[in-house]
Amino acid sequence: MLQEESDLSLIIAQIVQKLKGSNLYAQLERQAWACLQRPEVRLESLKEDIKEFFKISGWEKKLQNAVYSELNVYPLPSHPSAPPEHLKEPLVYMRKAQGSWEKRILKSLNSMCTELSIPLARKRPVGEQKELLNKWNEMGTDEPDLSLFRPVYAPKDFLEVLINLRNPNYENGDSLSFRTHLGLIQVPLKVKDIPELKECFVELGLSTGQLGIDDSTQVPPELFENEHVRIGQKVLLQQDSAAAQQYIRQGSPTALRAELWALILNISSQPEDILYYEQLKTNVIQHDLLVDSLIYKDVKLTASNDDYYFVFEDYLYQVLLCFSRDTSVLGHFAYNSASPPKSYIRGKLGLEEYAVFYPPNGVIPFHGFSMYVAPLCFLYHEPYKLYQIFREMYVRFFFRLHSISSHPSGIVSLCLLFETLLQTYLPQLFYHLREIGAQPLRISFKWMVRAFSGYLATDQLLLLWDRILGYNSLEILAVLAAAVFAFRAVNLMEVTSLAAAEAVLADLSTLKVMPLLQIFLFATVT
Amino acid sequence: MSRMLVPCHVKSTVALQVGDMRTSQGRPGVLVVDVTFPNVAPFELLEITFKNYYTAFLSIRVRHHTPLHTPSKWVTCLRDYCLMPDPHSEEGAQEYVSLFKHQMLCDVSRVLELRLILRQPSPLWLSFTVEELQIYQQGPKSPSLIFPKWLSHPVSSEQPAPRLEGLPDPSRVSSEVQQMWALTEMIRASHTSTRIGRFDVDGCYDLNLLSYT
Repeated sequence: MLQEESDLSLIIAQIVQKLKGSNLYAQLERQAWACLQRPEVRLESLKEDIKEFFKISGWEKKLQNAVYSELNVYPLPSHPSAPPEHLKEPLVYMRKAQGSWEKRILKSLNSMCTELSIPLARKRPVGEQKELLNKWNEMGTDEPDLSLFRPVYAPKDFLEVLINLRNPNYENGDSLSFRTHLGLIQVPLKVKDIPELKECFVELGLSTGQLGIDDSTQVPPELFENEHVRIGQKVLLQQDSAAAQQYIRQGSPTALRAELWALILNISSQPEDILYYEQLKTNVIQHDLLVDSLIYKDVKLTASNDDYYFVFEDYLYQVLLCFSRDTSVLGHFAYNSASPPKSYIRGKLGLEEYAVFYPPNGVIPFHGFSMYVAPLCFLYHEPYKLYQIFREMYVRFFFRLHSISSHPSGIVSLCLLFETLLQTYLPQLFYHLREIGAQPLRISFKWMVRAFSGYLATDQLLLLWDRILGYNSLEILAVLAAAVFAFRAVNLMEVTSLAAAEAVLADLSTLKVMPLLQIFLFATVT
Repeated sequence: MSRMLVPCHVKSTVALQVGDMRTSQGRPGVLVVDVTFPNVAPFELLEITFKNYYTAFLSIRVRHHTPLHTPSKWVTCLRDYCLMPDPHSEEGAQEYVSLFKHQMLCDVSRVLELRLILRQPSPLWLSFTVEELQIYQQGPKSPSLIFPKWLSHPVSSEQPAPRLEGLPDPSRVSSEVQQMWALTEMIRASHTSTRIGRFDVDGCYDLNLLSYT
């Protein structure tokens, strides 16, 4: 009992400390001062009256939403003896693997820098700054020569690193035992099986209405859809994050989705936020980074070639270029196993006062990174709002898809979850694919790393991302990947090579996500 | 609650195995770690902290200080405490753990020696142990302050001063002033921890190459 109480007070102290630096704190203070004028606030019961005022005026709800957001994003305070690295990643061998992987990326970036004789960062001359400001809204029309640039890494390079991940304390012998991993991932992380997933994703069950299934044209809207929309409007009126997160597990109506996601991610666009975005824009105009060319190249190679997303090319530059200048993203490295790359001002090597992070937000984009932003362009049209939503989605979810960690939503766990589900529930298919040299993870890895962006039709993708927000977990990506294999199992059993298997699974744009998930979790006879 | 580290000597682990250890295959699943406290009088155990390394279950036995001429026995104070919910997977394998007095099954007020019994039933791990073992006892209590009698027991035989007409009740005013003072103290003590947000050093962001350390 003592232990739980002291744990609770530690969590409360941590959240209070975090919120003290936020805009909300300043606003609450201002509101408290302002409400002292009100007649119903009396001196002897000052604390209670102000609390009552907050409750009535909706400020308490805003505070509740902020606290809920903190609880969702930040891990619980760890043991007092645990060093900060332990909070980033508890397993030592994974920290080491992430460190070596980062070193490889830095070496690659440094060699690109020296080969092309381009500086990592350069202050733009005034003329160039003016030019960029003028074409800020149409950077897509620019056709810079990017032929010499290559992406720092692609998902398949990262997959090779994960395949070679080994726990030095684990029996990795050649002899087959009861725990030999037949897939590509060889680390014994704990993953859920279908009974546990059914419990976890109970709102996706057969007897609960879903958008994505029960809103199709054959189903009369009175059965589910109308009521669901009505409840959604009520949730938005109440402005309650926790209720919105529960609601969205059954999917979000298209008209309400933008507001619901903003409510769940606790994003409200205050004037300070617009100013902050403008400040980032100024930073982009003043300094030119090598990373900018990588972003340009990535957008041109991926989003611009995509039928659904090429119209948003300009928005993508406006978001991603500002994202790399945003130092507030550095905060997420406290719970991310990755660390931001460091550098020194020229001529001041080794002097700590001249140490800086590069890029300013510590995130080096890889091939396909811009696909994290592209689907959001359908929902948000003001650049600053789009930016805020993307930044929050990145520091909550997307960072886990490209760093090595033991977190249940980390890419390593997702890969192992996918392979385990396939092996347990489709053993014949798994064995067949393995025999022909087409390990299933080699095909599904790229889907999971991009959270299926660019592979599914946009409306289906947004239904999937609704559930990621609703359950605050990425495990659904692994379940969907397994469900896709289950759906195409008959065709896959007939292929005889990796290339043929890839061809069967090349086009996912006709798939309906929710029926696949529902059948795999709740309707498959095991 | 203040606590004090107790200097201890952790003996090397002893594996418990059946049969001849040189020829039998398989790794031991039970290890025993003895912890002695040379030069320390029998103390009251408050907390044990350690870093786990792939141990699944922990039992602790303690030997008490007994009055002279009675042999001291080993008593189990923690039985099969689960450190890894699934011994075959990594969950909890490298966590920092604290065990407190109130979790112990027996009285730990005069500890002489501790014996940790580590169990790892899964054959998948090459080795297992606990690291950074630290034992804490109750720290020295702060000396209790003695107030002069007139401060802690005010004389109540005085007549209260006659209330002047039209003025508020003095005890109410004093409590309100106390509340205001407390609030201002809280506001003064708090400070924000927002970052400035600048990524350059004095306007300069001209960099060398990225460093590897």
